[in-house]
Amino acid sequence: MTHTSIYVLNQDSAIDFYTNKLGFKVITDAPMPDGDRWITVGPPDQPGFEIILSPITRGMFSEETVKALRELVEKGAFGLGVYTCSDIYATYEELKAKGVEFTKAPVKEFYGTEALFKDDSGNWFSLAQLG
Amino acid sequence: MTTEQYPKIYLYRRIVQAKLFIDNHCTENIDLGNISDEAYFSKFHFIRLFKQIYGKTPHQYLTFVRIEKAMELLKTGMPVSEVCYAVGFESLSSFSGLFKRIVAMTPSTYLAQQQKIKAQIVKSPLTFVPGCFAEKNGWTKK
Repeated sequence: MTHTSIYVLNQDSAIDFYTNKLGFKVITDAPMPDGDRWITVGPPDQPGFEIILSPITRGMFSEETVKALRELVEKGAFGLGVYTCSDIYATYEELKAKGVEFTKAPVKEFYGTEALFKDDSGNWFSLAQLG
Repeated sequence: MTTEQYPKIYLYRRIVQAKLFIDNHCTENIDLGNISDEAYFSKFHFIRLFKQIYGKTPHQYLTFVRIEKAMELLKTGMPVSEVCYAVGFESLSSFSGLFKRIVAMTPSTYLAQQQKIKAQIVKSPLTFVPGCFAEKNGWTKK
């Protein structure tokens, strides 16, 4: 996979979260017609994989859909993926120190150790150390 | 949320604080010996634990973070010599050598490459967007 989308409430705030908190790099920040911006970020050790920080104001949605989608994101309705790391306790402590909100502290599961956190928009992710 | 008390939590917190200190002060003249003192570890123990968690010694990690910072500044168009000192190196030759070892190209090549990308973004931004996204957003019609 080369691209995947995350719907965000505010692109600038999302850039701050994904770069300064998660440690991702901005890959592209390009101005588009009508003041839109195409912004992608990615983990530095996974070249070729880009996460699109999509604002929920795009031309592809109706006004009604934009409203509904914003509400769902704000409610934390979307679990969007799993980030793996080599040492979950260190990563958990670091992200917490940076202000990332966790809804579940690291817990040993049968598949590894897992915690849950939210991004600045309300999307939630698993943070896992496998094995 | 209940916090599971995982093993050696205090060790993790100290090492993570040291790592964050390096992140936040990487452009300054950091004395890594002082960091181990502040973390209440012997220097040897500190280096061993740090490497165990991050896969690099604190010194290697500091160099890595400085080079990453240098890449960010080069992206803005800052000249190589200015970037070298701005990220905490004292010698242009050692900066260039380390940069090339980590990034696999010289700082000046990286600067030129990034400037080219920047110019292309301004000239034809849609070349950076997969066609389906551009079309769905109505950008291809404008």
